This record gives sequence, structure tokens and C-alpha cells, in this order.
Amino acid sequence: MHQEYTVPAQDFSVAGVASSNFKRLLKQLNLPPKVIKRIIVAVFEAEVNVIAHSYGGRIVCELGEDTITVEVIDTGPGIPNLDLAMKEGWSTATEEILELGYGAGMGLPNIKKNCDRLSIRTKAGEHTHITMGFDLKEEP
Amino acid sequence: MSDQIFHHAIRVITSSCKGCTHCMKRCPTQAIRINHGKAEINGNLCIDCGQCMAVCPNDAIKVEQDPFNQLDDYLVRVAIIPAVFFAQFPDTITLGEILGALYAIGFTHIYLAETGVDILNVLNAEEKAPELPLISNFCPAVQRLIQIRFPLLVDNLSRLRPPAQVTAIFARSELSSASADLGIFYFTPCAAKIAQFNTEGSEENRLFDGIINIDTAYNLVSTYLAKHDQVQEGSLTFALCTKQALLWSLVKGQIPSHEGRTLAVDEMHNVIEFLEILEEEEQTNLQFLELDACAEGCVGGILTVRNRFLASERLKYYSQQLPEVLDEVLIKRIQDQRKAFQNNLRLPPFEPTMAMGLDTDRSRALYKLQKVADILKVLPGIDCGLCGSPTCKSLAEDIARGQASLKQCVVLKLRNAQSSSSLSRIWGDPAREEDV
Repeated sequence: MHQEYTVPAQDFSVAGVASSNFKRLLKQLNLPPKVIKRIIVAVFEAEVNVIAHSYGGRIVCELGEDTITVEVIDTGPGIPNLDLAMKEGWSTATEEILELGYGAGMGLPNIKKNCDRLSIRTKAGEHTHITMGFDLKEEP
Repeated sequence: MSDQIFHHAIRVITSSCKGCTHCMKRCPTQAIRINHGKAEINGNLCIDCGQCMAVCPNDAIKVEQDPFNQLDDYLVRVAIIPAVFFAQFPDTITLGEILGALYAIGFTHIYLAETGVDILNVLNAEEKAPELPLISNFCPAVQRLIQIRFPLLVDNLSRLRPPAQVTAIFARSELSSASADLGIFYFTPCAAKIAQFNTEGSEENRLFDGIINIDTAYNLVSTYLAKHDQVQEGSLTFALCTKQALLWSLVKGQIPSHEGRTLAVDEMHNVIEFLEILEEEEQTNLQFLELDACAEGCVGGILTVRNRFLASERLKYYSQQLPEVLDEVLIKRIQDQRKAFQNNLRLPPFEPTMAMGLDTDRSRALYKLQKVADILKVLPGIDCGLCGSPTCKSLAEDIARGQASLKQCVVLKLRNAQSSSSLSRIWGDPAREEDV
């Protein structure tokens, strides 16, 4: 099953709306709660990233029997130094974003921690395309 | 997953039900459908919160009621009564008179349920859960709501025994030497408590012998007081509780028992809104959450008779006469029963029920999920409820589950009867299949 959500830039008031709708869908699939939690934490972080750092984008979800793939595709401006962005606590957030309670530098590290596969395609000046893979097996 | 079959305390009186959809639209777990003009409650989803009963304009929803003469089965008849009960009476009736009437109608011992709060304090019982923030398990409707609708949060639920259970264990331990023929009864302000008590194998079912609805007890006491000019005043078996314990069941009542950052949320729709957020965003700065299904806490319970604000005020006024800490004699009495609580203060872990799923088989659930998305494109999206499902989305889910037909959509039918009929053939129609 295919499901898409659009995410606007700079509108923090809607942060979590897409991941919340996606969560409702996952609950109906009868997935183990722990798996749903991992997926939602990762998707929420990615959603906030799009709002905070990009010119807007969309979240594309592909639901399969054994795996769920979530692609987060924004329209720029790209991540200049991906290695730094993957470091816990490293942040480019502006004063304004920090005041809103975001920008702790945990976004990408948190995503990595919660998904089974992660690939990030990005370049300064271009768009960022994140692909997250989740296995649906129940954890021991 | 738990195999426990949950008992439900809420019933639809079909002869009074007009199928008006009020209850269906209010139900927080979308457990109600209108079928053949009557409301039907899905037992897998119902949390016995009583919202349907509160909103029913035809008095067609009732709470089950055990007969009062169940007391006759026991020689020693112990009442565990939450403070909310005493707050139902106007100031002109004293606590002593209410207790006197309760002894006269058949009880031999009376404990305040909130004494359990003091017992837990004396025993230094620590409340903790595997996940932060800790969510109180005190409100049974919230506990079930989390199990059904918020399975991601079951590990946040506190597993410390709630006060009434603790008081029951204490009373049984204190009185068991007096007689083996001991019956312990709880007075309930809500239907969710009854559902817990009557669920086979539950802790409440094990610890209590019977349950009495607060409105019934209120009527019995009021009738007794009306018939007798001179009532011999009675007193509690365990003299008093502390100020903090007495206010426990009111909104914010549990907050003083917790350190750090805490939050109290009351009323079902507020609780749901809050749990949605909590499930998605980690709120690790919060240590404790008190969530009450009823506005103002238990004084807003579905079985209470008095205005919740007046009842709440009476409890607060009464609490001013109570001490901050128990006196030495009472503390000693609790410590004497310490043994009864050894390895007996924790509840078994809460299990999610996963009743929200479309199918237990994942590939079938996936198929049905797609079907729901496709059907939704056809439905008008105005959530009128005339089809018998609370929203267009829930109708789509019912059709995907094979429990409803697209033909039930009144709006589609009005627009074009022909296409409604052929669409229902495409998406399935249980009525038609039965005909074949």
C-alpha cells in the first residue's frame, strides 16, 4: 500500500501531523507496538527536519507485508556535511528554532537508531532524499 | 497478548433506544454502531467510560447492578468506600449519620478506600514503570483506553496497586481472625470499575466479593435517614485518612504524591488529545501523569448523583479538618499488617489488546487497509452518521471488514441510487451475501 504526506517548510505548528496520521494507519495493520514506536519516532524526526531545514517536501510510505519503506524527499537546500549531521548533538538550528524546542542535533542520529536500513542522498545546494527501511518482525 | 475476556457493565435498553446516533458520535473508541435502528456496543472496543450514557437523550443506556442482598451471604460485611460517596450528601447530613445508616442497612465494618493511599505511604511503596512519564493506573477507563487505543503506552502505566485494592488487602488481613466468613464490597462511582470487578481473573475480582453502585447506596442511605429521626452516629473502622489521601480521587489529587514535573488531565477528550501527543513525541521531561476520564475526577463519575463541583467542594472543605500525617496508633496498625503486602503490591504487566487492527493476519490487514483508502475516495466525507457508523472512515473500515455495505451511505443514495447499488456490489455487501 502506498501513502503520501506533504510537509511544508517552516510551519512548526503542523510538526507531527504526518507522522500522527501514519501512526493511525500502522495501528490498523496490527503491528507490534514496539515496531510502531520505532517507525513513528524516525518518521517524526524526519518530518521535523523537513520543516526546520528544507524548503518543504513530502513523505512517501510504502507498506509491505514484511517491510515498510519511508522516503522523505525535500526540495533543498541539501546537507553540506553529512558526517557532521549524523553526529549526536551537532546542529545548524537557528536561535528561532532552538526557542521552539527543536534543533538539539538528535534528528538524524535518532532516525538511524530507529530504522533497520538508512540511506541518505544529499549534496549542498540540492535536495535531500532519505530512505528508511523497517523490518516488521517482532523483536525478541 | 492477553486472552482475558473483558466484562462490560454498560447495556443498551433496546426498547428505549431510538437509534439517534448521539452515543455513537460521542464514544471515544468508536465502539458503537446503529444497526436496525438500535445502538450496538462492540465489546472489543468498549472501555465502559459511560460517555454514551451521559449523552443519551432517551435514557436507553444503563449500568449493570448487582443486587444489594448479596450482603446476606456473609457474616462479616466490609464496605470499602471512596470519599466521593460521602460527598454526594448535602452538608446538613453528617459523616457520622451516613456511617450510622450504612451500619444499620447491613455493614459490619467500613473503611475509606483512600486509606490505601496512607498505607502505601507508610509502606514506602515506590511507584515506577519501565517508561517515562509514569501514567497513573487509578482510572480504570483510562487504563483500558490505553490498552485499546494507545498500545504504545502500556509500558508507561504504573503497576503499583491502586488504593482501594490496598485497603481491601489490609481489611482482610486485619479482620480475617474475627471470622472466615468475610465479604468485602466496593462502592463504585463509575461503570469502568464494575467492568474491572466483574472480569473473571482480574485483581479486583480476586480481592473483592461484590460491588455496589454509588447511586444505589445513596438511595438506601437517604431512605434510611428519611425514615429515622434519631440515627445513631457511626464511625470508620480505620479512624481517618490524611488530607492528601482524601483528595486523591479529585483532579490533581495524585499530584502531591509525586516529585518532579507532573501533569493532571481530566475529561475523556482532553485525555485522548494528550495521549495522541504522548505516543508520538517523547515527553521525557515529565515524570508523572494523572489522567482522569471524568471531568473533575471521580466526583464526575457516571453513577454519582450530586453536582461534581459541589461534591468536590465538600471534600476539600472536609479535608481541612484532617491531619497531614497519620498518628502513631494508626501507623502501628498498618505496620502490624505489613506481612499481607509482602510481594503483593505490584500488578501484573498491562497487555495491549490491539483491537484497532483491521485483521490479525498482516497481509489481509494490508489488503483491507488499501480497501479502506479506496472506499474513502467514494464516500462524501461529511461524517453524518446516518449509515450507522460514526464517521465516513469508520464506515469504510466496517465495509472492509465485511460488516457493512456502501448502500448504507444515505448521501450516496440520495445523489444517485443506481450508482450506490453498483458500488456496493463492488465493495461487498454482507446482506446480499446472506441472501445467496
